[in-house]
Amino acid sequence: MHARTDTSEQLTATWPDDIYAVLQRYDVRQVPYVPDAGHSRLIERVLASDTMRGIVLTTEEEGVALVAGAWAGGQRCALLMQSSGVGNCINMFSLVQLFRLPFFTIVTMRGEWGEFNHWQVPMGSTTQAVFELSGIRVMRANSPAEVREVVEAGAAQAYNACTPTAVLLSQRLIGAKVFVK
Amino acid sequence: MSKTNLLDRRAVVAALLKDRKGMVAVGGLGASTNDMAAAGDHDRNFYLWGGMGGAVMMGLGLALAQPDLPVVVITGDGDMLMGIGSLATVAMQKPGNLSIIVLDNERYGETGGQTSHTSSAVDLVGVAKACGIADSCAITTMAEVGALVPKLHDLKSGPRFANVKIDGANVERILPMRDGNYIVSRIRGSLGFAPV
Repeated sequence: MHARTDTSEQLTATWPDDIYAVLQRYDVRQVPYVPDAGHSRLIERVLASDTMRGIVLTTEEEGVALVAGAWAGGQRCALLMQSSGVGNCINMFSLVQLFRLPFFTIVTMRGEWGEFNHWQVPMGSTTQAVFELSGIRVMRANSPAEVREVVEAGAAQAYNACTPTAVLLSQRLIGAKVFVK
Repeated sequence: MSKTNLLDRRAVVAALLKDRKGMVAVGGLGASTNDMAAAGDHDRNFYLWGGMGGAVMMGLGLALAQPDLPVVVITGDGDMLMGIGSLATVAMQKPGNLSIIVLDNERYGETGGQTSHTSSAVDLVGVAKACGIADSCAITTMAEVGALVPKLHDLKSGPRFANVKIDGANVERILPMRDGNYIVSRIRGSLGFAPV
């Protein structure tokens, strides 16, 4: 997991609120997540929400299975995770195709921009390819200003066009974790 | 662990699904899903042919989306072991309408009957309790199965977990439908959701 860095930019960033507003507009009701610093503000918003339920997972593939159950029961989900968690999901991604799920995930990236911890690099380097090999379309936001637009387009594609979609939030956008000053 | 008084899986599942009313039932891949088919096809049967380890989480998503309906996951010890962390996730959400029933034959029946961890090491009831599912019990008699059935329809007192020791006999394969999109669409239709 990606520990909270609390840099001043992260504390004042408003793009997590933009994401929350999009999810609310698309009537997302269940938000499974594995905790992540990049998603921490969004997770706090979800946990404080009257309409969305935040569901903390022990591992990310639980979230893919949860999406299937929620959809069978008539509710939309958005899965929040970090790039390292995408690899945990591979077999469970079968369900996305088999059940034709309106699958939407928002992924904070590690291992691609100013990374200190090279243990994050192997999975960060293959995240996009893993999604694409699994039949999930990938979109990316690189700067705070484009987050709302990209998430909005991704949500429309996932929920309206029933086209499984992942939005990657680049490490450049989130900021690299600082281990040593 | 005792190897006596092992129950017949088909009799257990038939009892769980009898007079099911609005229940949605999720069957873990392999024999459990076949047992559900053997008890009679139903438009609220969620048959799994893959996604091993995911049955409990699919039940959780359903239970949270449909809090006024009983949701019952019927799966095997292999699937439960693979998704064992999902017991912790369920306990955090405390869905009152979710029941998890494990048909425990202490082996991987679909792959040749290799022994599973429950044969000599793992106590799934203890795991479920330790994860925070207080109503967790071991079942060894059909009378206990009978006593469990009305609780499945109590939407407030879950989540609950029951581990049912069953015999390892190979039973006739009764295969349910396997088109995933159809299975999910049929459940959604029965709940009143129009096709996309």
